[in-house]
Amino acid sequence: MLGTVVIASAVGIALGLSIHWFPPAGSTQADKIDTLYDVLIIASVPVFVLVMAVIVFSVIFFRMRPGQELEDGPPIHGNTRLEVVWTALPAALIAGLCTYAYVVLRDIEKKPTAAQAATREMKVKVFGEQFAWTFTYPKDVAGGKEFTTTDLYLPTGRSVDFRIRAKDVIHDFWVPAFRLKMDAVPGIETHYRVTPKRLGTYPIVCAELCGLGHGAMRSSVHVVTPARFRQWLQAQAKPAAPAGASPAQQAAAGKKLFADNGCGGCHALSDAGTSAQVGPDLDKVLKTKDEAFIRQSIVKPDAFVEKGYKPGIMPPNFGQTLSKDELDALVAYLKEVTS
Amino acid sequence: MAVTAPATPVHAGSPHDERPLWRRPNLLRAALMFLVGSAFAYVLVGFLRSVNHYPNAWHDWNAVLTVGLLAAPMFFLVGLGAFDYWFYWAAGKPTRPEDHSGHGAYSWRDYFRVNTDHKVIGIQYTVHSFVFLLIGGMFAMLMRAELAQPGMQFVSPNAFNGLFSVHASLLIFLFIIPVFAGLANFVLPLMIGAPDMAFPRLNALSFWLLPIAGVMMLGSFLAPGGSFSTGWTAYAPLSTTAPIGQTFFTVGVQFAGASSIATALNFLVTIITMRAPGMSFFRMPLLVWANFSTSLLVVIATPFIAASQFFVLLDRGLQFNFFNAGKGGDVLMYQHVFWFYSHPAVYIMMLPGFGIISEVLAVKARKPIFGYRMMAFSLLAIVVLGFTVWAHHMFVSGMQAWIRVPMMITTAIIAVPTGIKIFSWLATLWRGVLRLDTPMLFALGFITMFTLGGISGVMLAMIPFTIHVSDTYFIVAHIHYVLFGGSLFTIFAGVYHWFPKMTGRMFDDGLGKLHFWTTFIGFNLTFGPMHLIGIQGMPRRVADYADQFAGWNLAISIASFVLGLSTLVFVYNMVVSWRGGPRAPANPWRALTLEWQVSSPPPVFNFDAVPTVVGGPYEYGVPGAVHGVFREPKVPATTGAPTVAQPH
Repeated sequence: MLGTVVIASAVGIALGLSIHWFPPAGSTQADKIDTLYDVLIIASVPVFVLVMAVIVFSVIFFRMRPGQELEDGPPIHGNTRLEVVWTALPAALIAGLCTYAYVVLRDIEKKPTAAQAATREMKVKVFGEQFAWTFTYPKDVAGGKEFTTTDLYLPTGRSVDFRIRAKDVIHDFWVPAFRLKMDAVPGIETHYRVTPKRLGTYPIVCAELCGLGHGAMRSSVHVVTPARFRQWLQAQAKPAAPAGASPAQQAAAGKKLFADNGCGGCHALSDAGTSAQVGPDLDKVLKTKDEAFIRQSIVKPDAFVEKGYKPGIMPPNFGQTLSKDELDALVAYLKEVTS
Repeated sequence: MAVTAPATPVHAGSPHDERPLWRRPNLLRAALMFLVGSAFAYVLVGFLRSVNHYPNAWHDWNAVLTVGLLAAPMFFLVGLGAFDYWFYWAAGKPTRPEDHSGHGAYSWRDYFRVNTDHKVIGIQYTVHSFVFLLIGGMFAMLMRAELAQPGMQFVSPNAFNGLFSVHASLLIFLFIIPVFAGLANFVLPLMIGAPDMAFPRLNALSFWLLPIAGVMMLGSFLAPGGSFSTGWTAYAPLSTTAPIGQTFFTVGVQFAGASSIATALNFLVTIITMRAPGMSFFRMPLLVWANFSTSLLVVIATPFIAASQFFVLLDRGLQFNFFNAGKGGDVLMYQHVFWFYSHPAVYIMMLPGFGIISEVLAVKARKPIFGYRMMAFSLLAIVVLGFTVWAHHMFVSGMQAWIRVPMMITTAIIAVPTGIKIFSWLATLWRGVLRLDTPMLFALGFITMFTLGGISGVMLAMIPFTIHVSDTYFIVAHIHYVLFGGSLFTIFAGVYHWFPKMTGRMFDDGLGKLHFWTTFIGFNLTFGPMHLIGIQGMPRRVADYADQFAGWNLAISIASFVLGLSTLVFVYNMVVSWRGGPRAPANPWRALTLEWQVSSPPPVFNFDAVPTVVGGPYEYGVPGAVHGVFREPKVPATTGAPTVAQPH
């Protein structure tokens, strides 16, 4: 039996390690957590195989055969040595795993030393509310002026310290590619730090039930090169569509704003190809409405609430996060595609 | 099904009761009192609001509903007769010290009234719980239908949040916890040689609190704004700001919790004071040990969830602002208080199952339980450790960071006593003569599935890994391996094992095996892949998800329907066997414990003579060993109409 257990464990471990469990590792922290998981697989599989093997062997060799209906097994009441072994061995295994996990925890939460970090750690404020994320870049990064956006851009190789807050209820700021998450809790500031290392666009997911639109509270983080990050920062300073732009330019800018601000997470709009049902279907409800109404619905969403929907669901702060030009562009776009 | 008696004693609700129908303790009087209670709530709220010059004093339906949810069920219980005896006593009327008027079942009607017979209550509990298993399971299948494809198809996001919230609440508070209390209610007094539980009237009250909680949670779907939809965890401030449906959970939990606490007290007193002569603590069957440990957990922990929900109720109803951060409230406090109950609760939902498995394995392997004392001590170790790990649910909650490390260590250490139990069961199997019938298959299925759930539990103790997978489908997979593959498999094993004793009929073993294999395969196909999609990044409690998870979700949904349908095999087997299965002998499994030494079903007062315990409960293989002996008069060992004990 021992041979079977060893072989089956080896096969099980090989299988367990060959499965593509995780999304791409987008941070330096992710690698350490993925390795921890591999170690857990290696430690777990033999335990499970052992239990299965004893059961399968017992079923095969000790099952009742015809004629044994009145037979009993031998009256074995216990074996102290065996019981000590199966108390001590798991305890030792667990002590080892806990120690290792603790080391990994220290490692992933450590502030990078000046020597390691090519650039200084960047503090980004993360703000969760029903049902959107907004991000505030500090003065020293943004070039003298703090700015708030719904897009998260991060350069590779630079440690970021997310300072997380919530407005209404608990949310959870999770980037699966970074392997890290933390609740956004009303009344306190929570945080975690991460060093992105792999270029790409990764999902941001709200992982704590926060109400009606929880499932739609998804967004993206763009990990870019430091040079591209600087370009993006500079672009933020410029208006979305310059004043006096043509209607076509306005509409194009508006379409991008609609996508970037996650409007489609809640609203259906055929031009943008979204079909969510948390909020009203914009194709229908905006058909007969004028620009003033559309503007008011974005800036003060509870001023008029469509029948069948509840107030307090749509974030009321788009008036603050969108600049005047952006708002103009978005309103122009919505007016154009729904009328 | 019911125990029939030639000479029916006068019992509550019987035709011999001279009072008019509406004054007798029965469901009609309960319904009338329920209306009185509702009117009481309306008048109380209206009066208090109008004397305080509130606007709209007589039309604030949310306030009426909140008070009504608390008051009307109490009136219902009074109408049902749950307090009649105590009222006599409190009023100084002559009470009957040997009053058995509410004892035993003589027709099916006796299952629908306040009954003091632990065997009737056990069946009430068990059948009632399985009704909620079917309802809760149906909600799960509705969720899986919605999740079969990304995007929204069948239900609105609000309805979906309601479905998973009610699903979990029903299966935790109305199925797993009470079904264990039900099985133990039936079996435990018999096992320790007692004529009944220590407090039969309290026992009856405990049961009748449950349908109130169940109907309330289901009724929340009719509330304006929909059912409660904040998960079974009801985290504040989401729950304190949710529509009125939330109150149905907040108050419903109070009734289920009160039921739990009263039953646990009853078990503790019964086990400590009512064991048969000769039954020392270390001669108790492990099911008794398991319920002893569980009851300790319940009486210590359950008041904490009651507190957490009272905080929410006060926040909702009277603006106490316990959890309103803007007014100095503390949001994390809710989670600490909630999990201080709800982590021990997972052991409340598991330890009785450990007891069932020990009984089934010893009988079916025809061997003594390996390491009996270590089995008992490991239960107690789990009780103690169970109170030291609650914050592992809060690794990403933003709580004080250092708490995580000690909680990781204690969480992982619980695997040691649990491991001792698993290994001892395996050693019990070794060299036995295994009867591979339905209860045994479920017991073996339990060991394998629970081992997997335990392993993922140790993984989840490791903080860096949990930071990634908390609130994902990995958690959904883990909890279902523990509560479905763990608890529910032990419940099935126990129901099949004691079915002959409870009903006096044998079940169909072939159908039982079909039920096992469809459940076992359907279960693994449903919940196995959830580990993977959880690690890949799918959060739990979402009605819609990223397209990358579409394939696995469709497969999981299909498997879940197989799993759901497998339950119908069980229901069919139970109903048909109960109505017309072959008569069960007193001891079909040749077991040694005391419940098998009386007829099936047992006499109304359990034992005609008090048994004396002379040895351990699992002396299989020892020639001539017995657990208990009966001095004369001898208990009939045959089937047929059980002896009816006279009520005096």
